[in-house]
Amino acid sequence: MKKIQRLEMEAISKSFHGIHANKDINLCVESGEILGLLGENGAGKTTLMNILYGLYQPDSGQIKINGKTIQINSPVESINHGIGMVHQHFMLVQNHSVIENIALGYKDTPFFFPKIKIRDKVEQFSKQFDFHIDVTKKIWQLSAGEQQRVEIIKALLNGADLLILDEPTSVLTPQEVKELISILREMKAKGHMIIFISHKLDEIMDICDRVLVLQKGQIVGDADTKDTDKKSLARMMVGRDIVFNTTKEKLTKGKKNLSVENINVIGDKGLLAVNNISFELFKNEIFGIAGVSGNGQRELAEAITGIRPISSGKVKMNGKDITNKSPRYIYDRGVSHVPEERIRFGIAPGLFLYDNAILKQHHLKKFSKRYFLKYNQVKNHTKTIIKEFKVSAHSINSQIRNLSGGNIQKLILGREISEQPQLLVASHPTYGLDVGATEFLRKHLLDLRKQGSAVLLFSEDLEEIFELCDRVAVIFDGEFMAVLDSDDKRFSDIGLMMAGSKRI
Amino acid sequence: MINIKTTNRYNITTLRSFMTIIFSLLAALVVISIIFLIAGVNPIFAISEIFSGSFGSYYGIKETITKAIPLILIGSGLTLAFRAKFWNIGAEGQMLMGAIFATWTGLTFGEALPSYIIIPLIFLAGFIGGGLWGIIPAILKIKYSINEVISTLMLNYICAEFLTMLIVGPWKGKERFGFPGTNNLPDSAILGLIPGSRIHYATLILAIICAIVLAVVIYKTRFGYEARVVGENPEAGKYAGINFLKTSLILMAISGGLAGLAGVGEVAGIHHYLGYPASISSGYGFTAIIVAWLAKLNPLYAVVSGIFFAGILVGGDAIQISLGLPAATVEIVNGTLLIFLIMGDYFLNNKITLRFSYGSKG
Amino acid sequence: MEDIIISTLQRTMVAGTPLLLATTGEVICERSGILNLGVEGVMAMGAVVAFIVTMTTGHPWLGVLAALAAGMMFSIIHAFASITLQANQVVSGLAMTMLGLGLSGMLGKPYVGKPLSIKMEDWVIPYLSDIPYLGKILFSQGPFFYIAIFLALASWFLLERTRLGIQIRSTGENPKATETQGINVFKLKYLSVIIGGGFSALAGAHLSISYSRSWIEGMTAGRGWIAIALTIFALWNPGRAIWAAFLFGGIFVAQYLLQPLGISPSFLAMLPYFATLLILLLISLKDPKKLNAPAMLGESYKRGER
Repeated sequence: MKKIQRLEMEAISKSFHGIHANKDINLCVESGEILGLLGENGAGKTTLMNILYGLYQPDSGQIKINGKTIQINSPVESINHGIGMVHQHFMLVQNHSVIENIALGYKDTPFFFPKIKIRDKVEQFSKQFDFHIDVTKKIWQLSAGEQQRVEIIKALLNGADLLILDEPTSVLTPQEVKELISILREMKAKGHMIIFISHKLDEIMDICDRVLVLQKGQIVGDADTKDTDKKSLARMMVGRDIVFNTTKEKLTKGKKNLSVENINVIGDKGLLAVNNISFELFKNEIFGIAGVSGNGQRELAEAITGIRPISSGKVKMNGKDITNKSPRYIYDRGVSHVPEERIRFGIAPGLFLYDNAILKQHHLKKFSKRYFLKYNQVKNHTKTIIKEFKVSAHSINSQIRNLSGGNIQKLILGREISEQPQLLVASHPTYGLDVGATEFLRKHLLDLRKQGSAVLLFSEDLEEIFELCDRVAVIFDGEFMAVLDSDDKRFSDIGLMMAGSKRI
Repeated sequence: MINIKTTNRYNITTLRSFMTIIFSLLAALVVISIIFLIAGVNPIFAISEIFSGSFGSYYGIKETITKAIPLILIGSGLTLAFRAKFWNIGAEGQMLMGAIFATWTGLTFGEALPSYIIIPLIFLAGFIGGGLWGIIPAILKIKYSINEVISTLMLNYICAEFLTMLIVGPWKGKERFGFPGTNNLPDSAILGLIPGSRIHYATLILAIICAIVLAVVIYKTRFGYEARVVGENPEAGKYAGINFLKTSLILMAISGGLAGLAGVGEVAGIHHYLGYPASISSGYGFTAIIVAWLAKLNPLYAVVSGIFFAGILVGGDAIQISLGLPAATVEIVNGTLLIFLIMGDYFLNNKITLRFSYGSKG
Repeated sequence: MEDIIISTLQRTMVAGTPLLLATTGEVICERSGILNLGVEGVMAMGAVVAFIVTMTTGHPWLGVLAALAAGMMFSIIHAFASITLQANQVVSGLAMTMLGLGLSGMLGKPYVGKPLSIKMEDWVIPYLSDIPYLGKILFSQGPFFYIAIFLALASWFLLERTRLGIQIRSTGENPKATETQGINVFKLKYLSVIIGGGFSALAGAHLSISYSRSWIEGMTAGRGWIAIALTIFALWNPGRAIWAAFLFGGIFVAQYLLQPLGISPSFLAMLPYFATLLILLLISLKDPKKLNAPAMLGESYKRGER
C-alpha cells in the first residue's frame, strides 16, 4: 500500500523580493500517474518543487496528502511523507562510492558496517527496476545516467512514493534517456507517482499522462497529453503569438565579422554541450540565439570568448583565428563579453567600484602606463559609465558588493559596451534588470549595431529577441534548430523549435 | 523564542572598521585581564607594566623600535601575499634564508670591500635568498596544486635545519670557540646603530621605505591590482586575463624577499654572526602574521601595527623579569588579540538582529 | 648490538606515540573540512593540564581525563571561529597555537623543574611480551602507546565502517549535498574539531606524564606541526597514520643514533618535512585530481547556499 494515493498543492504562492515566483498554483497528482511540468526557465517550476521538498515555505496555500493537510518544514519531513527529489544538479559526493552515497541519504542506515548491511537492499532495489550499477564504483567514475540512477535509488530506498525529477534528461545521452523512460514506466506500473519537470516537448508528450504548463509563476495550461498536441503546448509555454516588432531601422549588413565553423564544445559534465555549430556574424547586425537556458548557450558563449576550450572546429574574428586563444587575446581582437554568471565571473566583490570598472580593460594603454594604473582616468571612466548606464551607487569608492545585483549587472554591461567592441557577446544581458534599465540597455545594443559592431545576443526573452535582432537562431541541445531572418514567418513555430520538436 | 538573524552588512565604512578594531582590542584586554587574575597576577599592574616597559621609558621605546623593524618588514610583505589569498606562513624560513645568503656574502666579500658597497650587497643577497625561498611554494601551488600552508610550513623547518647544519658543520667559525655559529661578520658588514640603542637604522629606514613602496605597489600598480583581483575572485581573474603563475611568483618573491631583508637586519644589525635559527628569527615570522592582520592588510598601517606588537614583545620581556611570568605570556596576549580581531571581523561584516517571538510559527 | 636495535625500536615506539595521537585527531578534524593549525597549542594545553592534575591528585589517569577535557574545550574556540563565524581557518588556528602555548606556559610556571614522582607503569602483556624482540618492543610499552594505537584503529573504523564516518567524510567533501540529506553539517564539524582537539591533548599528556614526567615550556617541540604534516603524509587515513607516525618517530630517534657516525642530525631532522613535500609532489604528478584531500578542506560553509 503506497503512502501517498493523492497529493495536492492548493493555491500555493511564493515571492522573492517582491517578485512572484509562484502565484496561486493548483496541482494534483495521483498514484500511477506521471505529471509533466512544462515551462521556460524562471517560470517557477523549480520553486514549486522546492516547496514540495521542504526547502522553501510557501507564503500561502497548502499541501494535502490523501486529503489531509500537512506541513513540510524541511527535506527530512518531506522524505518522511514519501516525497523524493532528484535535483538537476546531483547531490552526490564525487569521491565516495555509490554505496556510501546511498548510505548517506538513507534514513535507516545502520550505524555499524553500513556499506555491507545495506548492500543487499540496494541490489534488491536495483534488480526491481533493472538498474545495473557496480555499487563499489566511485561517483566520478559513473556516467551522468548512472549517477542519476543512484539518486533515484536513494529516493526509492527512503520510501518515496512521489518522485520529482527536475530536468532529468539535461545531462543524458539519447540512450540513457530511453533507459530512464523505461525505469519511470516501471515505477508507474508499481503505483508510484512522478512529477517530471522539463522544457522539452517531445519528452513531455512521450512520457507524461498529464501536463501543467507554467508561465511567469502561474499555471497557463492543464491538459491530458493524449488530448493535446505539441503546438498548443508550445504556444502556452511561450505565452503569446509572436508579434514581429520592426521598429528598428533596417541596416545593410556589413563585412563578415565573426565566423564559427563546426565547433564542438564539451560541457562541465563531460558531455557535448555544443554540437557541430556553424554560423557567421556581420557588422551592423544583431544576431540572436533563442532557447531555453541550459541548451548550450553558456558553453557556446564561453567557447567564443576563450573561457572554455573548443574541442574541434574553428572560430575566426575578421579572418584571424581565435580558436582556443586566451580571453585577453580574444578581447584584444575586439570581442567583449557580458557573461551569464555575472557575479561569479564578472566582478571582484571586495574591490571598489572603480577597480571593477576596468577588470578586463586594465591592461589597455588608456588605463595603464608601464607598471602603474592611471587612476584618474580609471575614476573618470567609472563616473562616465555610472552616469550613462544609470548605475545607482553611493560613490565610486565603495565596494562593489554593496551594490544591488541589478546595479552590478549594469556596471558590467557598461564596462563591456563602453569600449566599442567589434563584437559584443551578451548572455542574457537584461536578466534581473528593471524595465527602465532594460529599455536603456536595448537601446545601447541597437546603437552598437548602428555604429558598425556586431552583437551576439543570447536571450530567453522572445520579445527582446525579436525586437532587437536581425537574424535569429534557435538552440536546442547544443544544435541550431533554425537560423532565419527575424521576420521569417516560420517563427510562429518557435515554441516547437525551442522545445526541440521542429527543425528547419 | 529568540531568533538570531544574520544578514550581510553592505555599508562598511572606515569609521566602523576602526571602531570595530578598538572594541575588539578592548574585549581582548578584558579577557587577558581575567587570565592574569586567574594566574594570580594583578591585571592592571601587569598591563601597565607591559606598556611602561615598552613605551614608558627611553630604553623601552628604543627596544620597541628595534623589534618593530623585522615586524614591519615581514608584516608589510605579508599584506601583499594575504591580499592575494596566498597564505604565506613561511616567513620564518624566508627570513633565515635571507640571513644565510647575507652572511655568506658578508663573510666572503666583507673583508675586502668598504661599507658602502658591502652593506647594500648583503641586503641584496638577503632579498634574493628570501625571495627564492618564497618562490618555491608559489611554484608548488600553481604547478602542482600543493597547499601553500603546508609547503611554507615545511620549508620553515627545512631551512631551520639547513641553517643548523651549516653552523654546526662547514660554516662553524673558530671565533666561536667550539660553539655552533659562524665567525663574526667583518666590521664593514656590520650595520650601524643609533648611538645608545640597538636600532640598526639602515634596516629601519629600509623597512619604512618598503612599507611605503608596497602600499604604492598594492594600490597603484597593475601588478598590485592583479594580485588583489586574484585574491578576491580567481574566476574573475581568469576571465580578466590575469596570468596566475606570473602574479604568484612576483608576489611571493616580494614577500619572501622582504622577510629575507628582515633576516639580514637581525644578523648584520643585532647578532653580527649567524647562530641558531631560533635566535635569529625569534618567531617574528609568525608574529608578523598578526601584524598584517591587525593592519587590515594595508602596508602603511603595518608600520603602526608592527610598532604595537613590538611593544607587546618588549613589554612581555619586561613583565617576565619583573613579575616572574613565563616568556610565553606574550603569546597569550597575541593569541587573544588575534581571536578577538577575528570575531570583530565577523561583527563588522554581518549585522546581527535578535528577534523575540512568542509562540511557535503556525 | 642487538640491545641497541631493540632499545632503538622501543624508543621509536615511544617517540611515535604522541605523533600518532595528534595526527589521528587532526585527520578526523580535517576530514570534516576544518583545518586546525592549532594542534601545537592544544597539545601544550593537554600536557600542562595532565601534569598539574596528576601532580595535585596523585592519579595519572585523572590527569589524562583532565587533559582530554581541556583539549576538547580549548578546541571549541577554534570550532566556533571557523564554523559559526566562518573566519579564516589558517589565522584562527595560528591564534590557537599562540594562545595554547602561552596559556600552558603561564599555568605551568609554578611546576617547572618539579619532577613527577608518580610513574605510569608499562603495560606488560602476558605471553606476547615474551616473544623475542617483538615482545620487548611492542608488548611492554607504556599505556599511551596502546591507547594511541587503539584510538587510531578505532578512528579508522569510525570513519570507514560506520554511518557517522560516512557523514563526517561527506561533510568534508560536499557539505551542500550532505545538508540536503537532512544532516546537520555544523554539528558534525563541531564534533570532529572537538574530538581532534581531545586526541591532540592526549598527545600532550603523554609527553608530560609518561615520556618526560616533567613540565617545561616548549616541550611539545614542534610535534604539533609535524602532526599536521603527517596528516597529509598519511593521506587522511588513520590506519596509514600509524605507519607514518612511527616512521617519523624512528627518524627522531635515529638522529641521536647516527650522530656519532657523523651523519648530521639536522639532516635527519629535515627528512620528515622533505618527505611530506615529496609525497605531495609525487601524488600531484601522478594524478592531479586525486590528491585525496577532503574537497572542501579549509573552505567556510555558509548554511543554505542554494
